[in-house]
Amino acid sequence: MLRIIRYSFADLIRSRWLYFYTGFYLVLTGALFLISADLSKVIVSLMNAILFIVPLVALLFGVMVQYNTREFTELLLAQPIPRRSIFLGQYLGIATALAISFLLGAGIPFILSGIFLSGEIWNFSILLLSGILLSYIFSALGYLLALINDNRIRGFGLAILVWLLLAVVYDGLFLLGLAWFSDYPLENVAIGVTVFNPIDLARILILLKLDVSALMGYTGAVFNKFLGTSLGMGLALTILVVWAVLPVSMIRYISLRKDF
Amino acid sequence: MRRITCLILFISFLWTDVVSGTKLHVGAGQPFATIQAAMDEARSGDQVIVHPGLYRECPVVVNKSITLTGYGMPVLDALGEKEGIIIEADSVTIEGFEIRNTGYSYIEDRAGIRIKRTKAFTIRNNRLILTFFGIYLEHAKSGRVINNAILGKPLAEANSGNGIHLWYCKDIDIVGNLIRGHRDGIYFEFATQSRVRRNISEQNLRYGLHFMFSNDDIYTGNTFRDNGAGVAVMFSSRIHMLNNLFHLNWGQAAYGLLLKEIYDAEIRENVFQKNTVGIFTEGSNRIHYKDNDFLNNGWAVKVAGACEKNDFIRNNFIGNSFDFAAVGNMETNRIEENFWGDYSGYDLDKNGIGDIPYRPIKLFNYVVDQTPETIILMRSLLVEILNFSEKVSPVLTPAEVSDAMPNMHRYIR
Repeated sequence: MLRIIRYSFADLIRSRWLYFYTGFYLVLTGALFLISADLSKVIVSLMNAILFIVPLVALLFGVMVQYNTREFTELLLAQPIPRRSIFLGQYLGIATALAISFLLGAGIPFILSGIFLSGEIWNFSILLLSGILLSYIFSALGYLLALINDNRIRGFGLAILVWLLLAVVYDGLFLLGLAWFSDYPLENVAIGVTVFNPIDLARILILLKLDVSALMGYTGAVFNKFLGTSLGMGLALTILVVWAVLPVSMIRYISLRKDF
Repeated sequence: MRRITCLILFISFLWTDVVSGTKLHVGAGQPFATIQAAMDEARSGDQVIVHPGLYRECPVVVNKSITLTGYGMPVLDALGEKEGIIIEADSVTIEGFEIRNTGYSYIEDRAGIRIKRTKAFTIRNNRLILTFFGIYLEHAKSGRVINNAILGKPLAEANSGNGIHLWYCKDIDIVGNLIRGHRDGIYFEFATQSRVRRNISEQNLRYGLHFMFSNDDIYTGNTFRDNGAGVAVMFSSRIHMLNNLFHLNWGQAAYGLLLKEIYDAEIRENVFQKNTVGIFTEGSNRIHYKDNDFLNNGWAVKVAGACEKNDFIRNNFIGNSFDFAAVGNMETNRIEENFWGDYSGYDLDKNGIGDIPYRPIKLFNYVVDQTPETIILMRSLLVEILNFSEKVSPVLTPAEVSDAMPNMHRYIR
């Protein structure tokens, strides 16, 4: 399995798209630093970009790589290698490559800016951590979608749909729901609903570090209890990890049964 | 020339003689064993010097114009059921004592030091520990409370008192005190023409500093940290608030500065940092908010209505989750020349002032005001899209809350 991870990783490392992806983050982060010298402001702007782009790119990469290596996968399947190793190895290769290129792209400008000397180091590491977790979660989702759908168009379409759903539509419905039922106590519901969307969860995780004073405001004891403590932080992280593990086990389940 | 010098010297000798009077020493191995015995002997202008030790003779009632000095922090222990020192004469000075354990009461307002209907007093360099009320001034005039540390242990609002309590006072200076762990750090009721300078008031249950029906007061250079609310000014006129730091006043109803029904105030050069709400104002008119810094607050300014003819000028708004919230008609208020961290306009004529107005109230502010729980969606993609679309074609956000001349650069102070 390690060999397959290494192979799939090396395959992706050579790809032009990944260089482009790393370069994009380099340029974005570098430009943000040039525009404003305020570290926390850079982190906020970068957060918006990360929550927007990382899931999309990871989804598309997951789908794309699965389709592009379909023939090679079938070749591997003919060898005496367990299926689990093939598919999980491929997925881990993609996800790790994505995570590393994100880490390099976003991290290098920060290190050059002297982040280690400032108090923002915690906010920054939370930002990187959620970026990495999102890479793992969404490349798994993409890989899974491609595995289920043999039709490429449909696979890509579904990937974009999933992204749109989780990034925008989910929050829209959420907002409407909150406004609609505003006469009722909604704190628990709001937290519950947030948990089911990894993008929202990652956002809350970063927000906890950046905007706590606003969140500690009028929003009642439940928010305070959940968001204001390390318990909330730990819980959010745990659920993100669960979000990564779930599609992976789905990949395993389907890959063991799928007829190629 | 020489003669004049001699004359001055002579007069000053005479003067110190008159002022210092005789010195009466209290303590183990001293002429007087108890403070009360020394005070019985003392005449106006004398100095009673108390040497280190534990004195259990509270309440010490000072009814002569004397100076009561503690050498090496003698301790007055009220044993949980009495007041510490009660001053009933004019021109009394109390310095260098540790007063502790008045115990709390639901029936009487016990104080570490009580000043009763007197004037020209000085309370200096004392330490008050676990007193119910710290220093209680009633009907006092022209006195000074300087460099005291008043440290309490807050239980609940009902059974904790105020650090420095003023009731019908005039011309009082409160300078350089540290007040921690009371209900209100400093409380003014019907206290006029007084000055509060360079104090630190922190970890109080309710307010760091509280004005009720008190006019013409000034507070400058104070720090209010981690209180229920930093400062509350209510039903008062002509209060000057300059150069203070409001820091970390966090919680469900926590404000840096709470204004209710106040008129003609000056709020200048203060720093509001990391408060849930920087300034909350309601029914307050003709107030000048100038040259303040609002940094990293939840809400920088929240205007709750019935506020007219206020000026918000040359303030810095940086890193706040929401810069401004307003309910009701804002037409008569002026918002000008502020620096807004979120301003994204341009300055083609290079005069340092943005060419398009800045509107600090965004659609999401409006949504959060309606349904507070939606704050969990802050900074999400959806919200950015909503804010952007509202910016392009405003429908819901009030048009009159806008800065027509936003400054392009942060004011450096």
